[in-house]
Amino acid sequence: MKKKRWYDYLWMWTILYFALGFYNILFAWLGMIDFLVPLLLAIFWGNKRFCNRYCGRGQLLSQLGVKMKCTRNVATPRWLYSKLFRYGFLVFFLATFGNMIYQTYLVGSCATTLKETATIFWTLQVPWNWAYSRGAVPDWIAQFSFGFYSLMLTSALLGVIVMALYKPRTWCAFCPMGTMTQAICQYKSRRSRPPQS
Amino acid sequence: MSSRPKLIANVNRKICVACGTCVTQCPKSVIDVWRGSFAVVALAQCLGCGRCAAACPIGAITLRERVKSEGETL
Repeated sequence: MKKKRWYDYLWMWTILYFALGFYNILFAWLGMIDFLVPLLLAIFWGNKRFCNRYCGRGQLLSQLGVKMKCTRNVATPRWLYSKLFRYGFLVFFLATFGNMIYQTYLVGSCATTLKETATIFWTLQVPWNWAYSRGAVPDWIAQFSFGFYSLMLTSALLGVIVMALYKPRTWCAFCPMGTMTQAICQYKSRRSRPPQS
Repeated sequence: MSSRPKLIANVNRKICVACGTCVTQCPKSVIDVWRGSFAVVALAQCLGCGRCAAACPIGAITLRERVKSEGETL
């Protein structure tokens, strides 16, 4: 049996993140770690070490799927890992991220007011007002928190759904961060000769 | 003389998403992700146990027969 390392327990981070966001939405900013670290590793070191070692979500899906058997464990449909779908989903994800930044800007410029809701699956507005006391921080900071938490929660729920339907880590096949970092890595290594195996 | 396993893991680099699921599953730690692009297997050390193939979310790893040049002791 392989020796466990500290990063094998990062699945707890994912649970902690959503729990903290349930208690206080401002903790949603911590999700930027999961957003920036994989990009920095890909851009400066040309690797996907985040996906391979440090992704708490991937590990949590493995825990639920492999250890707790909450998966049908059947083959992922081909279209879910086709280049068209993966890059299409990446574009969609970036568009929703851009929209979230725009909403933050609108609140920051007083064009609209703060919405204390979590938007699940891009449409479903769920009240989340218990997790924030108005006036604690500038409204735009809170707006970003609600938006970012919504994005994280939606993608986590999608991950759990595809885990249950297909394989534990089916989410990884079309995870926008995974697609983006792989594209960066492939670009960076375009002139290197791949090993034979 | 010990004989090597007849089967080895084979990665389809064209579809591999480099998620690293196989890396965590390999009991001998003979799989690595090459420059964030695709998984590579150290064929000489591969046990052919198939754990990586079973765990791969997209079926990018299959088991195939080892050929002489890949270190099988005949």
